[in-house]
Amino acid sequence: MSLSPIGALRHSGSLFAMALDVIRTIPRRPFQAREFIQQAWFIASVTILPTALVSIPFGAVIALQIGSLTRQLGAQSFSGAASVLAVLREASPIVTALLIAGAGGTAICADLGARKIRDEIDAMQVLGIDPIHRLVVPRVLASMLVAVLLNGLVSVVGVAGGYFFNVVLQNGTPGAYLASFTTLAQLSDLWAAEIKALVFGAIAAIVASYKGLTAKGGPKGVGDAVNQSVVITFMLLFVTNFVMTAVYFQVVPQRG
Amino acid sequence: MGVEICVEGLTKSFGHQVIWQDVSLTLPAGEVSVMLGPSGTGKSVFLKTLVGLLKPERGSITIQGRDITKLREHDLYEVRKLFGVLFQDGALFGSMNLYDNIAFPLREHTRKSESEIRRIVLEKMDMVGLIGAEGKLPGEISGGMRKRAGLARALVLDPEIILFDEPDSGLDPVRVAYLNQLIVDLNAQIDATFLIVTHDIASARQVPDNIGLLFRRELVMFGPREELLTSNEPVVRQFLNGRMQGPIGMAEEKDAAQVEQELAALGDSDGKGTQTPGSQALTPRLLPGPGIPRPPRWEAIARREAALHRTTVASA
Repeated sequence: MSLSPIGALRHSGSLFAMALDVIRTIPRRPFQAREFIQQAWFIASVTILPTALVSIPFGAVIALQIGSLTRQLGAQSFSGAASVLAVLREASPIVTALLIAGAGGTAICADLGARKIRDEIDAMQVLGIDPIHRLVVPRVLASMLVAVLLNGLVSVVGVAGGYFFNVVLQNGTPGAYLASFTTLAQLSDLWAAEIKALVFGAIAAIVASYKGLTAKGGPKGVGDAVNQSVVITFMLLFVTNFVMTAVYFQVVPQRG
Repeated sequence: MGVEICVEGLTKSFGHQVIWQDVSLTLPAGEVSVMLGPSGTGKSVFLKTLVGLLKPERGSITIQGRDITKLREHDLYEVRKLFGVLFQDGALFGSMNLYDNIAFPLREHTRKSESEIRRIVLEKMDMVGLIGAEGKLPGEISGGMRKRAGLARALVLDPEIILFDEPDSGLDPVRVAYLNQLIVDLNAQIDATFLIVTHDIASARQVPDNIGLLFRRELVMFGPREELLTSNEPVVRQFLNGRMQGPIGMAEEKDAAQVEQELAALGDSDGKGTQTPGSQALTPRLLPGPGIPRPPRWEAIARREAALHRTTVASA
């Protein structure tokens, strides 16, 4: 990636152009079902275990922070409500984003990049096959599906971890924790989190595919592409997360 | 039957760096052409431009009345079905075995049954001598086999135009000879238009109908084989003889004075030297193998060759 402003602008432009191409290509038949299933399975297999392992301590940290904060404020009865809210609204989409980009995105980028420098992508185009249709669209859809499912996993594991730490380690009352579950959180929080995960999955896969398909300069180029794809994805995801959260608070009325 | 490719005023640059400019040539339908050039003169770029993978800055490429450079992406995919391209390292799909690699275009583009696909794939694998290696992965076989597998995949949709990107790079001389024979046999069998990009002079002398030479960002010359092999143009002579004296230097080009001096020392500046041009230049052409039925075009070539080199091909 060149450091000049024009170069950066050109890259953002072609990244956006590819995102549009992907959207335009999604309805095109025949749908690459086989590739989609393979990729979904592949992305799930590289992300499930790290996601679960990350979300347990993540839930625990939130539970510990909120546990001590609520005690200081004398609002122990709200510790359950607050930690569910934190896990559901922010923690789970962020953890999902990190893992989809870090584990799924890098794998996609490295795979496509290796194919690109071996001329496989060119060969495919010459054989009259559009790599966006054949390779990128199934990956983007697979990544979106897996992100949504992972978000569910993170929410469950995070809330369970929070419960465990609050009740077992901080001597909170199980009844109060459970009873306050729905005082602040509402169903639309879950929907919002799932929509976030859907968008994050799409962004991670599109950036990874773009970087992979534009890799050049041999094996080192693939390494650089993977590196850049992670950095760019993280930046985009956090900005998107901020925007979507801000919109969410404007659009959905809050409880209490 | 092969398709004519007409290139007109083609210019390609990356940023400020001009790769080549104003390239005009016509690849005649059904004939074998070779594009020569020192390393780094953009021969592969030329190939990729022909199939529309790269967009030129100026000029046109006309195939069947359509200008490739102006086509939209969607129509480009249609035109590309006319092409078979053999990439430098075969460009096989690493995750598939050879059989699936070669069957891939058929499965994507046709509604043929698996048994029919099997028949076609095995036929093409037989053509390139890969029977028995169907189950191997591209990573498990030698570079020569990868090239032949890539060729089989390029052939599977019965292309009208076949482009070869350095078919001889990384192969030993014996395998290069076999591959050249295979290319000539193929041309006799399927009658497609062939373009071979290479810097192997031996192949260029034996195989093609036409030779082109790219040097110093330009197409120095393009024409029938005999014309280039007997040409007095210094660049052409230097390259086809593979010697150091001449305009081509280690780093791209030399200054004019030095070239004059060297050619004078060699005694053939302006071609008026001790050597009569063409005395050693006309290598016999490679002809299709004995088992290959020759179409009229190859019959004519064989007769001409026989007349030219009576002593060497007396038995034919």
